[in-house]
Amino acid sequence: MISVLDFLVPAAYFIAAVMFIYGLKAMSSPVTARSGMIWSGVAMAVAILVTFVHPEVKGNYALMVIAIVIGGAGAWVTARRVAMTDMPQMIALYNGMGGGAAAAIAGVELLKRGSGEVQMDTVTVVLAVLGGIIGAVAFSGSLIAFAKLQGWLKKSWRFSGQQVINLGVFIATLALGVFLIIGEASPTVLLAFFGLALVVGVLMTVPIGGADMPVVISLYNALTGLAVGFEGYVLQNPAMMIAGIVVGAAGSLLTQLMARSMNRSLGNVLFAGFGKADEDGPGLEVSGEMRSIDATDASIQLAYAEKVVIVPGYGLAVAQAQHKIWELVELLQSRGVKVSFAIHPVAGRMPGHMNVLLAEAGVPYDLIFDLEDINAQFPTTDVALVIGANDVVNPAARKDTSSPIYGMPILDVDKARNCIVVKRGQGTGFSGIENLLFFEDNTRMLYGDAQKVAQALIAGIKSLG
Amino acid sequence: MEGWVALYIFMLAAFTGIEIIARVPAILHTPLMSGSNFIHGIVLVGAMVILGMATTTAEIVVGFIAVFLAAGNVVGGYVVTDRMLEMFKSSGQKKEE
Repeated sequence: MISVLDFLVPAAYFIAAVMFIYGLKAMSSPVTARSGMIWSGVAMAVAILVTFVHPEVKGNYALMVIAIVIGGAGAWVTARRVAMTDMPQMIALYNGMGGGAAAAIAGVELLKRGSGEVQMDTVTVVLAVLGGIIGAVAFSGSLIAFAKLQGWLKKSWRFSGQQVINLGVFIATLALGVFLIIGEASPTVLLAFFGLALVVGVLMTVPIGGADMPVVISLYNALTGLAVGFEGYVLQNPAMMIAGIVVGAAGSLLTQLMARSMNRSLGNVLFAGFGKADEDGPGLEVSGEMRSIDATDASIQLAYAEKVVIVPGYGLAVAQAQHKIWELVELLQSRGVKVSFAIHPVAGRMPGHMNVLLAEAGVPYDLIFDLEDINAQFPTTDVALVIGANDVVNPAARKDTSSPIYGMPILDVDKARNCIVVKRGQGTGFSGIENLLFFEDNTRMLYGDAQKVAQALIAGIKSLG
Repeated sequence: MEGWVALYIFMLAAFTGIEIIARVPAILHTPLMSGSNFIHGIVLVGAMVILGMATTTAEIVVGFIAVFLAAGNVVGGYVVTDRMLEMFKSSGQKKEE
């Protein structure tokens, strides 16, 4: 019996690892993405079920089932209920839980080593400690990211000497880690080690503004993968090693892609506050004034346009306006207007965030274009309708060398014949950078909540007959 | 497992991860991040082994927390990703419905 399980369990883990990689691969195309997720889901189910008969598992089955049911049911309910606009923080939350689990595994293994219950060679103990730090940082960091995006934590704490303190805490954590590896690992040292690692995650994340959160969540996702991979080695579990490192590598690359599309390095996101360039000089003089337009005039412009490009941003997500916007687009299409959507790589709070929201409203993905594909279209566009987007359409990125966003690729809506900007108020946006677009001659401001504005535009177009 | 074998596994897995994500359109970045978030939920398997081997109170408590957290990672990661992917349809697919 035992010998059958000795073969069956590793074989099941092997098959699970193959299916994870296949599933992730299938997820890289919109056509096969769902089937990829099903493959990964089956792989996970197989791996979990077979673990109940894992040769090393000796008891606590009831506790295991209870923990799975509580954790699983809680996540099921929250994940089902959450609005699509709040997805980014939920990913952060579930990711943090994974990081916490990896750290807890490291904790138990190091505890056992400390009491002499298990012997570890140097490689194992080093990976256990590393996975512990990384997992704990991903755990507390993700929770802070969640709290920030959820609006529970509004401030970005910054004070002078912050980086010195952060570095100090980080070095202290590493020092305790080294002590755990070479010295006696008493429960007290372990507690201090994990406590400090959690503090590192918190300190790292509190100064980072909401606009940068997607990059940070992606980074913590990669870190959790890494921690899982390392703990997989400690437990001699190749499925954990492979799945963890695949996610760690893929996540790192994704994080870099995201940072690059904001024209910033990862180090800059993590260690520099946004808007710092403001102090360097007065910047480009803003000339002209903002001109507003009312919904009636705007609907006439849209209704008689040949080609309209819609640029959605976070404002659309906040106002939950995606359904109304699609209604507006369908109305325009029925009048023969050619409408497409232009999505900046970092529009919203995550890359692809806008795509998901538009997909939710039922917008077919072949109407949605990336920055590289649509930018050449703007000079022949009659109306560019910007809805709640700001920095990603700011021409300062092309013109103002002193601007913090200088060099960031933007959507060239200012090159369209007319540009209508739907915006809640007159202030600067998330990053606090003045938007030159709003002062252009061909730009009109349409103030109001995106959903209400869309409603007014629909009514306006319908009244034209 | 020998350290060198592990290093080879890590190296190959890292290249696999990079290969998979290198040519992905931006439209799928969020679902893919969410999907990979689900996949590192495999940590649940390790958490179950830890709890299954636990003998002292401290080990059981921490093991229980690990299983609880990992189960949240697995289920939450799956449901969120599935809800996102559910929405991706091309205009062709829509007309068929």
